[in-house]
Amino acid sequence: MSDTVQDVSPPAGTRANRRGRWFAIGAVAVAAVSLGVITAGGIGKNLVYYWGPTELHAAGDKAVGATIRLGGLVAPGSLKRPAAGSGLEFDVIDRPGARVHVRSTGVPPQMFRENIGVVVEGTMNRAGHFDSNRLMVSHSNEYRAPGDDPRVDVKALMKTTSGLEPETKKP
Amino acid sequence: MSLDDRVRPSSGPLPYALGAFGVALLLAGSYWGLFRAPRETFMGDVQRIMYIHVPTAWNAMLALTFAFGCALLSLWRGGWKWDARLEGALEVGVVLSALLCMQGSIWAKPTWGVWWDWDPRLTTTAVLVFAFAGILALRRLVDDPVRRATWSAVATIIAFVDVPIVYFSVKWWNSLHQLQSSPATVSSAFHLPLRVNAFGILFLMCGLIALRSRGAALRLRGELAPPPVSVVSPLGTAAALMALQAPAAEMTGQIRGGWEFVWAAYAVSAAILIGYSVSVHLRYRQERARQVREGTEAGA
Repeated sequence: MSDTVQDVSPPAGTRANRRGRWFAIGAVAVAAVSLGVITAGGIGKNLVYYWGPTELHAAGDKAVGATIRLGGLVAPGSLKRPAAGSGLEFDVIDRPGARVHVRSTGVPPQMFRENIGVVVEGTMNRAGHFDSNRLMVSHSNEYRAPGDDPRVDVKALMKTTSGLEPETKKP
Repeated sequence: MSLDDRVRPSSGPLPYALGAFGVALLLAGSYWGLFRAPRETFMGDVQRIMYIHVPTAWNAMLALTFAFGCALLSLWRGGWKWDARLEGALEVGVVLSALLCMQGSIWAKPTWGVWWDWDPRLTTTAVLVFAFAGILALRRLVDDPVRRATWSAVATIIAFVDVPIVYFSVKWWNSLHQLQSSPATVSSAFHLPLRVNAFGILFLMCGLIALRSRGAALRLRGELAPPPVSVVSPLGTAAALMALQAPAAEMTGQIRGGWEFVWAAYAVSAAILIGYSVSVHLRYRQERARQVREGTEAGA
């Protein structure tokens, strides 16, 4: 975009120019400090979009009754669809292997299946089940043409499914 | 920022040539993506939204990064050309970021099951749109060109902090949005339309920033030459209607159909890119006509 505008820069060292430089230094300093606080200051630990099964179990009774989000992989072989009604039952697992049984009402998106990432919104009940009324599919970052890569590897899926690898999630 | 009044807007067809080349690439890439590339195993045809959404994301971040560079140079070196380029890059960046959210929303409904959720990636991107749109509003509100240049550059540098946060949001926090894809996680059959459209939007974006900056430089020249002239011009907007998807009976884990979402995403993108390009062109013409009326021939 060198053609946009041609003008003559002000002579170096003018008062206005020196003032602009102080503004530039100040703005960059403010920006750098903000970014530093956000990246190094532990906001990653304080802001949580969803809990995994391990974190949910760790919270114990604190998790019961509150509206929370639970995220993880739909465990293979756990998906049940009662004949009557529109409910769904499945287990959500995470990488360490913790498991939470979820009962979901409502129609899931078409992408929903076993071995796919989900984020469910709802409450943990006393019996240790998670009652959800909002189910979102959180797919991986893989996009494959049919026949291009037939491997369906649960470990690879868990690695790529967003949020399932706590080690890579923390700065 | 100095009070240097030697603003010399360039003339010539380069911005239009860049834009036309970008549109040609976009037409070719979108044709390939919509009709020639294979469908994705699970997402089916809906995955074709990727060919417009991902290039929009890359270029929106690029436009705002260019705005950041212009803001630094405007403060450090002074000179009205950097202020004019800042205005162009900011506006194009905001339009692309807003379009990005719309495309993403249309893609999210059939795949995630929701139009929107306040996950870290979506929230930080929404903050990006509002922060930079706020800087554009700030530029409109400040009449004094010197103060406007200084404060909008300072605001741009500070708001730019959100750009790396948007990029890293999916790595730092649990999110609904998936991690960044890489060539390894995307079938090679999908690469060509993605790359062609990425360059398409890049060229269109360069053309738009160049023309919008030229219009801003023309206006600045009017403002700096007494008596000051204020400009009010409307931004063309466009809207598209979207069809709701009926729930599926069986659970195969694969999306059937969903072309209405693909068309909606491309229609919104086309409407906004065309509407915005026409708006930039008309505002440039308007500014040039005003300058001619006031006896300061463009390029003189």
